[in-house]
Amino acid sequence: MATSDMGDIQVAERALQHHFADMEQQRDTASFGMWMFLLTEIMFFGGLFCAYLVYRASYYHAFVEGSQKMNITLGATNTAVLICSSLTMALGVRAAQMGKPKLMVILLLVTILFGFGFLGIKAVEYHEHWVNHEFPGPSFHFETGDPAHPATDPQHTEIYFSLYWAMTGLHALHMVIGIGLVAWLVIAGLMGAYTPHYYNPVENVGLYWHFVDLVWIYLFPMLYLISKKHGG
Amino acid sequence: MATAVQTVERENYLNSNYGIKSWLLTTDHKRIAVLYLISITAMFWLGGFFAMMIRLELLTPAGDLVSSDTYNKLFTMHGIIMVFFFLIPSVPAVIGNFLVPLMVGAKDLAFPRVNLLSWYLYMAGAITALVAMVTGGVDTGWTFYTPFSTTYSNTHVIGAAIGIFIAGFSSILTGLNFIVTIHRMRAPGMTWRRLPLFCWSNYAAAIIMVLGTPVIAITLLLVALERAFHIGVFNPQLGGDPLLFQHLFWFYSHPAVYIMILPGMGVISEIVACFSRKRVFGYEFVALASIAIAVLGFLVWAHHMFVAGISVYAALVFSLLSYLVAIPSAVKVFNWTATMYKGSISYNTPMLYAFGFIGLFTVGGLTGIFLSSLGLDVHVHDTYFVIAHFHYVMVGGMVMAYMAGLHFWWPKMTGKMYPEAWAKLSALLVFVGFNTTFFPLFILGYMGSPRRYHAYPPEFQVLNVLSTAGASILAVGYVLPMIYFVWSLRYGKDAGPNPWNATGLEWMTSSPPPTHNFDETPVVTWEAYDYEHQPQEEITVGH
Amino acid sequence: MAEHKEETGPVGHIAPAKLYVAIWAILTALTLTTVLVSLVDIGPLNVVAALVIATIKGTLVVLFFMHLRYSPKLTMATVVAAMFWLFLLLSLTMTDYLTRAWPTNLGH
Repeated sequence: MATSDMGDIQVAERALQHHFADMEQQRDTASFGMWMFLLTEIMFFGGLFCAYLVYRASYYHAFVEGSQKMNITLGATNTAVLICSSLTMALGVRAAQMGKPKLMVILLLVTILFGFGFLGIKAVEYHEHWVNHEFPGPSFHFETGDPAHPATDPQHTEIYFSLYWAMTGLHALHMVIGIGLVAWLVIAGLMGAYTPHYYNPVENVGLYWHFVDLVWIYLFPMLYLISKKHGG
Repeated sequence: MATAVQTVERENYLNSNYGIKSWLLTTDHKRIAVLYLISITAMFWLGGFFAMMIRLELLTPAGDLVSSDTYNKLFTMHGIIMVFFFLIPSVPAVIGNFLVPLMVGAKDLAFPRVNLLSWYLYMAGAITALVAMVTGGVDTGWTFYTPFSTTYSNTHVIGAAIGIFIAGFSSILTGLNFIVTIHRMRAPGMTWRRLPLFCWSNYAAAIIMVLGTPVIAITLLLVALERAFHIGVFNPQLGGDPLLFQHLFWFYSHPAVYIMILPGMGVISEIVACFSRKRVFGYEFVALASIAIAVLGFLVWAHHMFVAGISVYAALVFSLLSYLVAIPSAVKVFNWTATMYKGSISYNTPMLYAFGFIGLFTVGGLTGIFLSSLGLDVHVHDTYFVIAHFHYVMVGGMVMAYMAGLHFWWPKMTGKMYPEAWAKLSALLVFVGFNTTFFPLFILGYMGSPRRYHAYPPEFQVLNVLSTAGASILAVGYVLPMIYFVWSLRYGKDAGPNPWNATGLEWMTSSPPPTHNFDETPVVTWEAYDYEHQPQEEITVGH
Repeated sequence: MAEHKEETGPVGHIAPAKLYVAIWAILTALTLTTVLVSLVDIGPLNVVAALVIATIKGTLVVLFFMHLRYSPKLTMATVVAAMFWLFLLLSLTMTDYLTRAWPTNLGH
């Protein structure tokens, strides 16, 4: 429709920053900037992946025993929750592309709900590990729970748990930030900030959200699925 | 190109807005560059103060000026400040921020607000680190080796680590901004092959900033967590491996030295071309050498760990790779020399500093090859030989390039010329002072004098005294520009848009430039360093 | 609500909703697969399978949810660079750990 198109274009023009020649340059630049930022995030998590690789290669059995204390059901559920959130996020971006702001808002709100769901399940898991003395430091105390097989190498299982808490903790922090960013999109979206001619922030927050999902896609098998025996 | 006397001052980025808010909330890349200039200069003097204390202690063989604990803090804080708060940001954040948008023909960097955030992050990091230093200091060495830093040190390690962590994000965002700008904001006709080599160098350095800094960030975070929660990722008593810390630390910190030197090399390319009145020889090779240094620089880090306990096979691999990384640097030195051959050389201050750079960087670089050799490194690791090596490349190289760049672009940034005679004198003092300070350290190191010791055997005193004497000359060489640069703001000759008759888009706008850089978006139809087609006027300013 | 055909909006390509749902279904199925495979002991292949499945999932997320398939080549270069540099960090570090136990008294 011509009039809503005009309104859409005006919104886009107001959003054009002065140092760009046109909205296309601004969009390409903003998108490239977000991909570059995600590249730095890969290296940021990468340091932890490197530590994980080194210690798992050197102390495999200690890592197996630590991994068996992970709750695979909860971990797999969380993986599914994040995949669903990525779907709703992608559909939300699509709704912005199609000029359907109300649908976009609904989908983003569902994404936030999934995000909270993930954090809630994580909190349950963290609580479990905490009361079982599986937090590294002076309070750490590890037992396999199977009297026939005592802990092989509790010192290095403590390192497994250090990395577990550090990696999932850093990931959860990124989730919290992601939820905040999506909430900001909801508020701006309700105020009519995004149109088919201008939805850069929605697209770029989407990229960030999918990246956080991507990190978990690797964390889950690395931390939870090291060996076929598991405690639940 | 007569410079008419102007009775009304043109609107430029300096006078377009007054008041502290207009500076602290600016998104103009040129103003942000000036903000960085002021803060980085302050950090340089603080780092220099610690250096002075070190050299004073080392005047006598006995450890009599300060206790050994205090001495540990002095060299730690000298290293942290100079590496993280001076060398890494200096050329990119000051000269790069000012010039990259101008050189590509853009109105600003891709993300101006992120640029301002970078400066605030730098300040927050610097203040955090300074608070740690003032409330007791850090004594782990700038290298934070574990388990001393995580478990045994009784100093403000976490504060210093957090300060560096924050400053790291400043660096990451600056690098991100440069890469996106150079890809996406070039003016029409500004192809990659027409880019000034200063842009290529900053682009290569930005790649390193973006890929390497996150690793040291997470590593320092782990150190802080280990210290706070007594977990044992790097502590052998708790099952950790201190060498893992070193791997992760040096994965960034070696490429970091290329973050420092690449922009400096970019400055030298610009200056050598201008003051030889010639296109840089082998432009494509110099551009690709910058990228090669950035990539190869990531493959060599364990040469800092040859005697730390890594496997000898890994050491062999890293030794070989370390030899390779010297090649692109050598290519640049050859190409600068070839640029000067049959050029029309002028001996202005920027060119004097460039000469100094080429010679001293070559010495520093060659001694790096000595250190890459496993057999030699066993003897000179952790001695003054290493200290001499990296001060030759960092101070003889990088700081000279920074001074060269400040002098070369000072007229563009401020619209004023510095006094050439005083500048030449300062350059001479810097050169003499530098060599007197650091050449003796090669000899001391080769003779076995270890680094990070506040006392030494009496037979080493003569060389140490010589080094301290050199340091005082060097200090004078650095103080003079501070004075005359400030003096020039008020009393310097007006510069005009292109006092050096140089090529490059930045010289085609006024000095100082207007806030929006160019009155009209430039359209580039000529090759880089097109000195053949520049008017044949001599450089008349400043002789 | 959901469009069935591919479209081109004012800004560029818009993927159909069905595509996203299909990717979601594949990702969920692969999650189930990776859990089931981990229950069977196939020795060293367990690790390989887990990483291969994770990489397939990751590739789908990057290509379709993150629109890499419809993005400029520069974006692809950025992704490749990220993977390459992570690979450098991991592999070169492992050259140390994997060879520490190798004999060093050769030729004596």
